[in-house]
This record gives sequence, C-alpha cells and structure tokens, in this order.
Amino acid sequence: MEAGRTLAMGQDEAIGGGRHSVEAPFGKALARLGQSRPDIVGLTADLGKYTDILPFRDAFPDRFFNVGMAEQNLVAVAAGLARTGKMPFATTYGVFATRRAYDFVAIALAHSNLNVKIVAGLPGLTTGYGGTHQAIEDLALMRMIPGLTIIDPCDATEIEAATAAIADHAGPVYMRLLRGTVPVVFEPGYRFEIGKARRLREGSDVGIISTGFMTERALDAADALRKQGISAGVLHVPTIKPFDAEAVTDFAAGAGQIVTMENHVVVGGLASLVVETLFDAGMAKTVTRIGLPDRYIECGAVPTLQAKYGLTTEAVIKTITSLS
Amino acid sequence: MLRNSPPGSADIGALERKANLLRRHMLTMARGQGQGYIGQGLGIADTLAALYFHELRYDPHNLAWADRDRFLLSTGHYSIALWAALAEAGIIAVEELGTYGADNSRLEMSTLDTTPGVEMIGGSLGHGLGQGVGQALGLRVDNSDARVFVELSDGEMQEGSTWEAAMSASHFKLDGLVALIDCNGIQADGPVVLDMEPVADKWRAFGWQTSEIDGNDMTAVVGALADARDRNGKPKAIVLRTLPGKGVPRIETSEKSHFFRIDVAQWDGLIAEFEKSVGAVR
Repeated sequence: MEAGRTLAMGQDEAIGGGRHSVEAPFGKALARLGQSRPDIVGLTADLGKYTDILPFRDAFPDRFFNVGMAEQNLVAVAAGLARTGKMPFATTYGVFATRRAYDFVAIALAHSNLNVKIVAGLPGLTTGYGGTHQAIEDLALMRMIPGLTIIDPCDATEIEAATAAIADHAGPVYMRLLRGTVPVVFEPGYRFEIGKARRLREGSDVGIISTGFMTERALDAADALRKQGISAGVLHVPTIKPFDAEAVTDFAAGAGQIVTMENHVVVGGLASLVVETLFDAGMAKTVTRIGLPDRYIECGAVPTLQAKYGLTTEAVIKTITSLS
Repeated sequence: MLRNSPPGSADIGALERKANLLRRHMLTMARGQGQGYIGQGLGIADTLAALYFHELRYDPHNLAWADRDRFLLSTGHYSIALWAALAEAGIIAVEELGTYGADNSRLEMSTLDTTPGVEMIGGSLGHGLGQGVGQALGLRVDNSDARVFVELSDGEMQEGSTWEAAMSASHFKLDGLVALIDCNGIQADGPVVLDMEPVADKWRAFGWQTSEIDGNDMTAVVGALADARDRNGKPKAIVLRTLPGKGVPRIETSEKSHFFRIDVAQWDGLIAEFEKSVGAVR
C-alpha cells in the first residue's frame, strides 16, 4: 500500500479504494433535515470545517452556534438548548467529546435523557496525529453512560440514514463521524435502524462481527476468503448501544468461530460486547479480536498505521487465514 | 401566573420576612436529618426570596410554561434553600420539607431535576452557567423575552468551565442571562482555598455588566436585580457578598460551616438563637 499523507488539523485522506464516494454526507444530511425540522440547531467547538457541519451553518445561520475551543461548554450549551425544546447536533472530535467533556455528557445530558446528538470526528485510527487526536477508546468510555445511544457507521449511506434516524430518536446520542470524502459501501436501499445489526454475508467457517468502517474491510475480506475456500459470514453492528445481542447470538450459532473487527481498542468496545454476549448466552466460541492494542498509537500516515495495527483488508485476510 | 413586579415596587420589609421564613424552614429541615448545608442556605435566603417573590416570572401551576423565567441552581448542595423557596412559591407542599435528605425523598441534599421546579441537575460544579447560556440561546431562537438566572458560587469559579461559559455568554450578547455569584468565602476544604479576587473585575473583563453588593441586604439585592433588567446586549453578573449562616450567630461564627452535622437538641438551640436574632417568623 502506498503511504498517504497526513493533512492539516488531523485531516486524513479518504478511506477505502475503488468505491464511489460522497463529500460531507453528514453535513448535507443535516442541512436537508433542517428544512423540515425547525427544532434542529447546530453547534461546534471550533471544528465546524473539520466535522462537515458547515452545510448546515450555511443553510441556517441563525440556528448555528460556534462556542470556540471549549468542549465542556459545548455540551453544557447543548443541554440548555435541549431544555428549551431544541435538538442540538454538536460536533467536535471524539477525543474531546469523551475525555474532555465526559462529566458534562454523563450529568448534563444523559442523566436527564436530553435530546442532544454528539457527532464526533476522527474516530479510532483515522488520523495520524497520535494520541491527542485518535479517539481509540471512545466507544468504551461512552458505553458506561446509562441511556446514551452509540452509533459507529460504516459508510456515507449509513451516515446519512443514521443522521435521520437519530433525529427521530428522543434522547442523547453519540455518533462517530466519517468526514470529508466518504466511500459508499451499502446500496441506497440499505436500511439503518437504531439497535439493529445487519447480516450482510452468510458463511459457516468464520463469523465476522464488525462495526464502523471495518465492515467495509470485512466484506472485502469475506469475498477474498471465499475464493480461498473459506466461508465467512459478516454481521454489521453499527449500534454499539443498545447492543443487538440477539442478532449476535443467532449469527454466532451458525459460525465455527468468531472474529470481531473494530476501529477501536479491543478493550471495552465491540470485542468486549461480543464476548460478554456469548458468555451470557452460554455459548463457548473462539473469538479472535481485530482492533487496536491497549496502548497509545504513534503519529504517522494513516495507511501506514492501519497496516501496522492490522486494520487493512490485507491484514484482516492474513489474520483470518492464519486461524486454525 | 406571576409577572415580574415593576422595579421600585418591592416591599422590602415583606421580602425580608419571606427570607427569614425560608431560613426558618431550612433550620427545621436540617434538624430533621441532624445535618445539612445550612450555612449556604441561610446565606442565600435573601436572594431566593427576592427572586421567587419579586423578580422571576413563573406560574407555579404551569411549570412547563415556555416563556417562564428560569432559575438554575448550579450549586446543587444549596438545595435546602431551593426547597424552602419552592414550597413558599406553591410549587411543592410545605409539609414535604420535613422529608429533606431522607431516603426516597424528592428533596435531595443535592438537586436532581426530577423534583418539580428544578431546571438542571446541580452539584457537579461548573455545569450551571453553560446550561444557562444554552437556555438563553434557545429562548432567543424562539423570540421569547424570558430570562435565565443562574446561581453559582465563589468556589465554583475555580472550575474552568465557568469561564468557558462566561466567554460565550458575552460573545452571544445574552442580555437576558443573569449570573448570581454567591461569594460566601467558604468551600469544602475551609475558607476559599484559591483566591478568586477581584471577582467583579474578572466578570467585567469577560464582558459582563457587573454589580457587587451585600447579598444579605434586601434593598441592595432588589436594586441589583432591577439594574439587571436592561436588555442592552450584555449578560449580567451580580456578585453577592453573603454571610454563611446568616441569622444564626453560632453558625455565622462557626469554622465548620461547609456542612453541619449536630444532634437534635443542639438544632433546637440554634432555632431558638435564630428566633432571638430575627424575631418570631411566620
């Protein structure tokens, strides 16, 4: 793989190759929703340009507030707006929405079940800026907050569908953002439903359970593995909370062994959820966890880092073919 | 529905009596559990009396009224004072005050927003002002003239989020937002552990129209609230110098006034001392 470049402000190059793509699917979807939903307001903490929310600002300047570099205040202001009947979509990077503003998300938002949607850029390993910018443990942190809905979308189609779905859901949401040029993996008819996993490939040797953009790689890997005589199923789990345990146990029952794939540390996120779910159901399965290690990731070009940490399609195929 | 009283219309004597009635409720409530944040409550009583019985626009029978003024108690542990005010305002029953701090009571020692009349979960200090900014922005989007009052404390100014909120309020020109800063000089570890002076200058520097008054002087409190009614493009800060334990000399002079835990007989003594100090309250 050709090494990429890391651009300004942690901007990364487009993920995925060879697929159609959409520019700023989140911001465009939000601007469309704003036409029919006058209660939607937009907020950011000096990262409007880098979280794709500017199409909404341009369409509704009186309903958009930039609070500057102050993520605690971003969440507090969103909470106050929600208490006056607004539905704030607040954007920043995942690292700041979680580590920096955690008490505000937990107490000012979730404790009161306020209708605020946090949309968080640079999830997992999508920037080469190192530990300050890589939200590699955000799913684990946010999972611990009662009543918070957590979404990790795969592609542009799902980002658009999920933006509409979380607007129809009354309550706090944390959604990971894929920004900029986002590939289209799912067909336009793809149906996103909060709390529902989707079985995208059937297969009996290996059952891949994946979330976020790793599902794109899971699909490509499954196709490649089939040519090598390995039958791999794929279950896409875009909602981390509430977790679709039933779909996971049904899927796992038909698979010889399980592989989890997530753009996140293998502690506390999808892998942990799958293992907990299988254990609770009394299912003894071998689970191989593809994801990031429990350590800080260095700076570097995103493709280089993703290859090093085993997140690329090639690396995933290699991991699965090496399973006994 | 209660409208704001016109400026200059305040019956100062009646508001002072109301403040002492709130104090009397608080002492009874603290006696019930043998403990409570009584020092803070007694100190802020005049401000809450001025708000709930003169300044705020609200309807005790329609708490969800969209154009109500909001009062946010950021220091959740001052709940003892809020419960007393909400009871006198007709939002909760006076009889319920006896449950303060008891298991299963709605009148917690630190506020949750499940109790009628509570506009935010206080207690994680540094949360209130930002939420007030958000509510003021939301009211502006709706073209409502309702105002937002946020109580916060001197110790709370040590939380950086307070200043994030202060910057944004002046940036957004939220002239219907009023910060009531209770400077009582105490915090958990004793007298204010990190010097916050000069408090008023800090708020002025952040773009707020700021006044500084004796928070236990009802005429001054009512006057400062009247001055804060201007919709002149600036958020308003009122720095309230208050005496923790106001009205009970033994609490006023105590070094332990962040949190009081003493036995029932001693509470009876404090109540007697209060009545001797301020006269019979009813």
